[in-house]
Amino acid sequence: MADLASDFVGIKSPNPFWLASAPPTDKEYNVRRAFDAGWGGVVWKTLGFDPHIVNVNGPRYGAIWGADRRLLGLNNIELITDRPLEVNLREIKAVKRDYPDRAMVVSLMVPCEEEPWKKILPMVEETGADAVELNFGCPHGMSERGMGSAVGQVPEYIEMVARWCKQHTRMPVIVKLTPNITDIRYPARAAKAGGADAVSLINTVSSITSVNLDSFSPEPSIDGKGSHGGYCGPAVKPIALNMVAEIARDAETAGLPISGIGGVTTWRDAAEFLALGAGNVQVCTAAMTYGFKIVEEMAAGLSSYLDEKEMSLSDLVGRATPNVTDWQYLNLNYVTKARIDQDLCIKCGRCYAACEDTSHQAISMSPERVFDVIDEECVACNLCVNVCPVENCITMEELTPGTVDARTGKVVEAEYANWTTHPNNPSAQAAE
Amino acid sequence: MANSPMTPGIAAARLPEETLEANFADLHPPLDGHEATVAADRCYFCYDAPCITACPTAIDIPLFIRQIAAGSPENAAKTIFDQNILGGMCARVCPTETLCEEACVREAAEGKPVEIGRLQRYATDTVMEKGEHPFTRGGPTGKRVAVVGAGPAGLACAHRLAMKGHDVVLYDAKPKPGGLNEYGIATYKTVGGFAQAEVDWLFKIGGIETRYGQGLGAGLSLDALAEEYDAVFLGIGLQGVNALGASGDDKDGVRDAVDFISDLRQTGDYATLPVGRNVVVIGGGMTAVDAAVQSKLLGAETVTMVYRRTRDRMSASEYELDLAASKGVRIVTGAQPVAVHGNGAVTEIEFAYVHAGPSGLEPTGETFRLPADQVLKAIGQKLDGAPEGLVLDGGKIRVDGKGRTSRDGVWAGGDCATGGDDLTVTAVAEGRDAAEDIHRALLA
Repeated sequence: MADLASDFVGIKSPNPFWLASAPPTDKEYNVRRAFDAGWGGVVWKTLGFDPHIVNVNGPRYGAIWGADRRLLGLNNIELITDRPLEVNLREIKAVKRDYPDRAMVVSLMVPCEEEPWKKILPMVEETGADAVELNFGCPHGMSERGMGSAVGQVPEYIEMVARWCKQHTRMPVIVKLTPNITDIRYPARAAKAGGADAVSLINTVSSITSVNLDSFSPEPSIDGKGSHGGYCGPAVKPIALNMVAEIARDAETAGLPISGIGGVTTWRDAAEFLALGAGNVQVCTAAMTYGFKIVEEMAAGLSSYLDEKEMSLSDLVGRATPNVTDWQYLNLNYVTKARIDQDLCIKCGRCYAACEDTSHQAISMSPERVFDVIDEECVACNLCVNVCPVENCITMEELTPGTVDARTGKVVEAEYANWTTHPNNPSAQAAE
Repeated sequence: MANSPMTPGIAAARLPEETLEANFADLHPPLDGHEATVAADRCYFCYDAPCITACPTAIDIPLFIRQIAAGSPENAAKTIFDQNILGGMCARVCPTETLCEEACVREAAEGKPVEIGRLQRYATDTVMEKGEHPFTRGGPTGKRVAVVGAGPAGLACAHRLAMKGHDVVLYDAKPKPGGLNEYGIATYKTVGGFAQAEVDWLFKIGGIETRYGQGLGAGLSLDALAEEYDAVFLGIGLQGVNALGASGDDKDGVRDAVDFISDLRQTGDYATLPVGRNVVVIGGGMTAVDAAVQSKLLGAETVTMVYRRTRDRMSASEYELDLAASKGVRIVTGAQPVAVHGNGAVTEIEFAYVHAGPSGLEPTGETFRLPADQVLKAIGQKLDGAPEGLVLDGGKIRVDGKGRTSRDGVWAGGDCATGGDDLTVTAVAEGRDAAEDIHRALLA
């Protein structure tokens, strides 16, 4: 079994699976259950000063479901902890004492002034916690009070607060970023400039999950009204992966440790975040959907995968980062065609409907419902692969160099060639 | 002393009241809302879906399932009724395992089709339980059409004609409408008086006048109808029963399975229905299965279904045969009856093993006897009393693809006519299509 022991900016944990700062880490009771279940660490639900905030007394969550009511996306309008600071600190200390091998990171959100940060940091330090995470991410409620994503959307503030925190504590400082910005690299660069040890991302995405068509209230509905919440779960994973990759491959932030967050549900999701450059992952929605036991699948799955690949955990981190590039550098001489495995085909015809109605009319349908790819029309868009209900029934086959692409009539070239040198590009540079 | 399965001869109340009630409860209980959502989620919304092709009435199945998944079962029901006004009954009695569900791509993918029949019932029940009728009658055309036979074909034809604005007079020889839906289908497939409730609901379209107790040769003649009405549709079914062709088949205890099934459907109290201790059902179709299973459910100690050809030639589906087996019915194939034994009443029935030879089934020379207090004949029905002057084909009224008979102004459909299998759903399709053709002809 591969060793999953993790060292993230000096924070040790038996595995790279932490619970994100959220309802599952709000109380001692939950966190003890999490550690007993096998989680490597937690980021304690965000603390603030007293008087503690209050939450709504109606529904806090809205959701999007897939087939069989599988939870795909969850949004929430819950705020930071609604318990007294002293109670949280006492519980953090007690749990850390009893689980010294687990990572105990404390999420913080106080007003954007130096004094509050200077005041709260020693209080956290006293608990024996391993690190702090600055919550610059929550898009609802707190942001309207000048905290959370209101800070995370202004790189100068991020840098400023990160710097204060580094000045006033010996603990590692992780900056949690909001995805509700146009370019994630700017806040990440600011965090680095402020001296942050790491960034964690993504926090939740501003969202309305649904509208009640009888009451005309957004969901979750509080007395007939709704406000936007923070969206998370499997639905946001693609957004998170891209943002992690953007930071990992940005020259200015390259090497900045990243704690990956956003829809991690199975070991595969975790491995993908790690491969794109995250040093560990944080999980919330999957635990909130299925309970803490899911960490067993994650740990076993990641361990088996590393064994199969004969890799260590650190080998995996960033393994895919170099393969993330800009569109203009993609190889235009890489030509593929869809191929349908007739033995696996169940003849539903979804590939045909998708291609015929919305794409390139590149799939034929016989009266016997045999579906075939028309190479002369297939642009290899992959839509048929994506709509096919049977995995691996339709695949993309690479045309070997020297063969003729029936669509273009051109011989497939072996040499790499991209848009920067393409004759149709007005700004093409002549190959030298 | 109460009767039991071991009581000799033919006896009623072999099982306690509660057991009988439970035995004749819904074979496929309806899906609840949650189950329907889970089942609907499995549909792939196939292009030019094979299930539609497999449905004799060509219901747009992927569309109605998508409407269920999207929380609009009423719209789903409309999609179904557009094609099949007896969609509620078909949802209960269709052999879906050989029609839509056999064609379902998830049958190919996982051996587990989408539960189309039960989803259809979910949608149609939703609307019918509210008493809503989703169609309105068109403006009056002044044309009058006689529909003879209030079974599936006649009902479908009458409804479509009424919807088009024609005045329909619906005749049936029986005291109640519904045909085989009312008299000929196993009780556990259509519980709670559904057949009559469905007919009542169907008549809400308006414009259908009913005249029961009148049939061809029983107060009606085709000539008179053709004279009186602008068009005539015959959906008279198959009233005759084939003969057993074995000596002694007139002994007491030998009866037609269709009558046995009819008694079950019409009774208000299963405990009053007599059934043999040892029952032998002869035949290999749905009627044979329905009779055999229900004999067992009434408390017969042994029930044996005997069919002369091989199992794969049985017209009952594998599903039906499995159902029979699960209820304890023994299935014997490759044997045909040669003699019914007994002094007045049947006590034994003798069979000869047969195999397919160059000139049809040939005896192998081996015979066996089964103890039998009751013998139910389910060896097929035939057209009795075909009206004079209509060309027959293979014992049925010959019709073209539009349901036209050899006589101008007379259409036919359902079991009495050529074309298609003898299924409720096929009869509905034929009745509906004939109505469309009648409509075109009347307005031409």
